[in-house]
Amino acid sequence: MKVKSINRILPSEICPESAFLTRRDCLTSLAGLAGAAAVTGLGGSVEASAQSPATPAGPLPGAPRFRRNAELSVKEPPNSWDDITTYNNFYEFGLDKRDPLENSQDFRTRPWNVEIAGEAEVRGSFALEDILKPHALEERIYRFRCVEAWSRVVPWLGIPLGDLLKRFKPTSRAKFVEFTTLLDPRQMPGQRRAVLKWPYVEGLRIDEAMHPLSMLVVGVHGRWLPNQSGAPLRLIVPWKYGFKSIKSIVKIRFTESMPRTSWNLMAPQEYGFYANVNPSVDHPRWSQAKERKIGTALFASRVDTLLFNGYAEQVASLYRGMDLRRLY
Amino acid sequence: MSTPFPIHRLKPLVFLAALTPLVLLIAGLADIAGFALGPNPIREMLHVSGKTSLNLLLITLTISPLRELTRNPQWLPLRRPLGLFAFFYAALHFLIYVVLELDLDFSDLGREIIKRPYIIVGTLALLAMLPLAATSTARMMRRLGKRWTQLHYLIYPITALGIWHYYWQVKADITEPLFYAAGLALLLALRSKRWMR
Repeated sequence: MKVKSINRILPSEICPESAFLTRRDCLTSLAGLAGAAAVTGLGGSVEASAQSPATPAGPLPGAPRFRRNAELSVKEPPNSWDDITTYNNFYEFGLDKRDPLENSQDFRTRPWNVEIAGEAEVRGSFALEDILKPHALEERIYRFRCVEAWSRVVPWLGIPLGDLLKRFKPTSRAKFVEFTTLLDPRQMPGQRRAVLKWPYVEGLRIDEAMHPLSMLVVGVHGRWLPNQSGAPLRLIVPWKYGFKSIKSIVKIRFTESMPRTSWNLMAPQEYGFYANVNPSVDHPRWSQAKERKIGTALFASRVDTLLFNGYAEQVASLYRGMDLRRLY
Repeated sequence: MSTPFPIHRLKPLVFLAALTPLVLLIAGLADIAGFALGPNPIREMLHVSGKTSLNLLLITLTISPLRELTRNPQWLPLRRPLGLFAFFYAALHFLIYVVLELDLDFSDLGREIIKRPYIIVGTLALLAMLPLAATSTARMMRRLGKRWTQLHYLIYPITALGIWHYYWQVKADITEPLFYAAGLALLLALRSKRWMR
């Protein structure tokens, strides 16, 4: 059964393009007002700074509504909005850590369609809001560990990946799930250079994808995702290195064979398909035994990295009998 | 022939320019004047100090060709401060690494050196800079005579090691280290004629 686009938007929901294009001016002036309020001491706590408009536009109308999932959250205090959104690896927008913030502000995330393809009964192109509608958003505070040996704690908003995937009825041949980022060098200046093979591709084994900790994320810190963090839809797999958690997803494909993922293609001896956080399996050029926690004091020590980023109890059974040194 | 432009008078400007990255780092650390080092300040400090050292090494190496091209010997007094600043930033880079990144944990250092071979390369470059900095005074120059020039040829392997150190830790995009390598190659090519003689 092939389901064609169910992209049904009422004419009344469509905003005129002029309003759409100038929406940021409005936000900027609001931020300016907020700044003025802060200076004059009026108006309570002002969280927004010029770079973090209070309400990035999201895939659903209004601000995100969600419930906290304390059970699946770590107890550590989360990093600040600025810690999370001004220091990013998102090579589609440049290689420096601030490039994504600086180069992604005009990135258009609406309308956004996601194609579902491959070994599933329900396939087609779907509007993101339609994909999200049947699910309740939840907030989970996860540890995030980058392969570059830094880490932070992030309150993500999203849905369990498995719940979403099941709606498309993967067949028995669906052994893996492949995710693809938007390819649009006009909007994504980083794609004009062949640093990686574009578009960015990531993948999970189907049992990893169905694991309750795997998340599709649409927001952070109670707001919709800002562009530099992978708006409007990204993956979060907290027990794997950050590069597995692909951003700005436009395609989800169920496959029988292992997806060819971007970093693995670029340097197979350095980045494996699994990329599970593992302090005893080093990157060939640096140690993974410790990590620098973002947002800590200058003289704070690095901390020990934990197997599966501290999620061993929940996920170790996925890898029983596997040689994690070989299948890094 | 008119007297050549008194380039050596630009020395204060050289000092000012060479100290700017340090001032920016301090401003960033103190979070003043809008200069922030971002959420991972140690990595930023390592990056700024390392690249400044590399930049200064290459600038130091442009002095001789400039002198020859402009036939103006007055470039020469600028070379010593440039070289010493390159050493200063390399030493700062090393200190930031040992004190802030490794938290002075020297049991880690051994492990890190094995795991991160680029650290060996960088350390070698810094060690090779020590005798150059130590012999940078006019007195040592006189005392060593011809051997001073020979000793200071070490700047070529030092710069090459520095570029290698940079190249080896880049995750994906090697464009910048390659630019540095091309710069060094060009500066060496400019000298080849003189060395062939």
